[in-house]
Amino acid sequence: MERFDLAEISVRALNRQLHRELDTSRVAEFEIVNPNGLHNIAVGLDAPIKVHIRGHGGYFLAGMNKRAEVIVDGNVGWSVAENLMSGIVRVKGFASECAGASGHGGLLVIEGDASSRCGISMKGCDIVVGGSVGHMSAFMAQAGRLVICGDAGPYLGDSLYEAVIYVRGELHGLGADAREEPMIEADRLALADLLKRAAFEYSPREFKRIGSARTLYHWSPASTQVY
Amino acid sequence: MCGIVGFYGKTSKMREALGRSVAPMLVCMGDRGPDSTGLAVFSDSRNGNERSFSLYSADRSYGWQDLAEYFESECGAVVEWRSNHAVMRTDSDRDRVAAQLREHFPHIHLLCVGKKMNLYKDTGHPSEIVERYGLSSLQGSHCVGHTRMATESAVTPFHSHPFVAGEDFCIVHNGSLSNHHSLRRRLEKEGIQFETDNDTEAVCRLLQWRMREGDSIEEALQRAFFEVDGFYTLLIGTEDRLVLVRDAFACKPAVAAETAEYVAVGSEFRTLAHLPGIRDADLFEPAPEKIYSWNVST
Repeated sequence: MERFDLAEISVRALNRQLHRELDTSRVAEFEIVNPNGLHNIAVGLDAPIKVHIRGHGGYFLAGMNKRAEVIVDGNVGWSVAENLMSGIVRVKGFASECAGASGHGGLLVIEGDASSRCGISMKGCDIVVGGSVGHMSAFMAQAGRLVICGDAGPYLGDSLYEAVIYVRGELHGLGADAREEPMIEADRLALADLLKRAAFEYSPREFKRIGSARTLYHWSPASTQVY
Repeated sequence: MCGIVGFYGKTSKMREALGRSVAPMLVCMGDRGPDSTGLAVFSDSRNGNERSFSLYSADRSYGWQDLAEYFESECGAVVEWRSNHAVMRTDSDRDRVAAQLREHFPHIHLLCVGKKMNLYKDTGHPSEIVERYGLSSLQGSHCVGHTRMATESAVTPFHSHPFVAGEDFCIVHNGSLSNHHSLRRRLEKEGIQFETDNDTEAVCRLLQWRMREGDSIEEALQRAFFEVDGFYTLLIGTEDRLVLVRDAFACKPAVAAETAEYVAVGSEFRTLAHLPGIRDADLFEPAPEKIYSWNVST
């Protein structure tokens, strides 16, 4: 395990270390101390490594992550795991706005609450939130699954494409074109797998499914009020 | 982008070290707002009638001696200064003092008058302003600060935040308002005068006007949620409150931290990271259109 202290080196120097050529015959592990809310920690990783961040992170933590597993002991600022490609990012505290924005693949787990616009424009990643999410989550989400174990704020899934949302708690209003749909066996299997990988012990039967009604896919002169 | 900071010390130890806690917060938020810096600090007045006049000179080598002597002989005022900023304390009538200032020292700008509040603000990066005004050594119960990246009006000392209205009322703002001209026109019809064309001044005067008319700060803010159009995180300081709100979209950030010793508010967590006991603090992000208020105990 290599240890980096952000009280002593810059985020740029840290990220250079994490981007260097590594012996991938073993899983390299890194520990980062004193993150102190700094921005851009562990962005652009592209190696099967494990990075453990001991404390609170700032904006864009683990952005564009590929293959790496990043664990944050504390909270994170805006846009954690933005454009996530693969690998796992786990936040043990809460996440600010735009968590997992436009992620293409991989898994983002937030054990606490996520703020507004969680999963905005997600394109294939999976996001599991242990707590609640704020307003306009999964706005224009195109592909992937957003699992919310707590409550969902207003305008959930506004202008949703093919992403699917599972909510265990209360809904505080759906966005345009989002609708509640029946849970089928395939949903329960997919959800059970996601909950297991995220390490939450809820039953898929406790969740409801939100999907797109697809009325906004094609412009219609009859629905100008919706646009 | 702008940075906001706020601090409320619950213990005498935190109040004595207020400036030491807050100066690094301002400097850190220089990344979000490098062009102007301001801080309003609340501390107990020495006696019931005494008021503090925060004074500003555009001339950094201004000699305050004449002004100090004039007001000492006129009304027994005590004037303390550092660089181009001075604090004058007197229990003389506020309007009379303001009129004397205008007549005899027209180049001196009266930043604020209050029984508890002093105001420091100028253009410049927070590291420069903190040093010039010695903000690290300030003491007080609570404070509200700002680092500005101007987007909608000029960069001058008077367009810097905090904005004040009336006595012991100030506000800092991260965001931008889109209907501040119409708010201003309406308030001007009520006889309210403005000092700048800044958007934040409009919401500052709107809230203080409503409170003067008898609204509680909660009622005034509920009205502002309805009437003020735009993006905002607002932090408000009064003689005994620190109040934090975000607009319905909540796209301007804020983080609050509370411990047994203090409450601290900042645009980003990293501005709070140096505070004692922050690892065990109760940390949260304020929700949209929810009013967070802390009563400052005496």
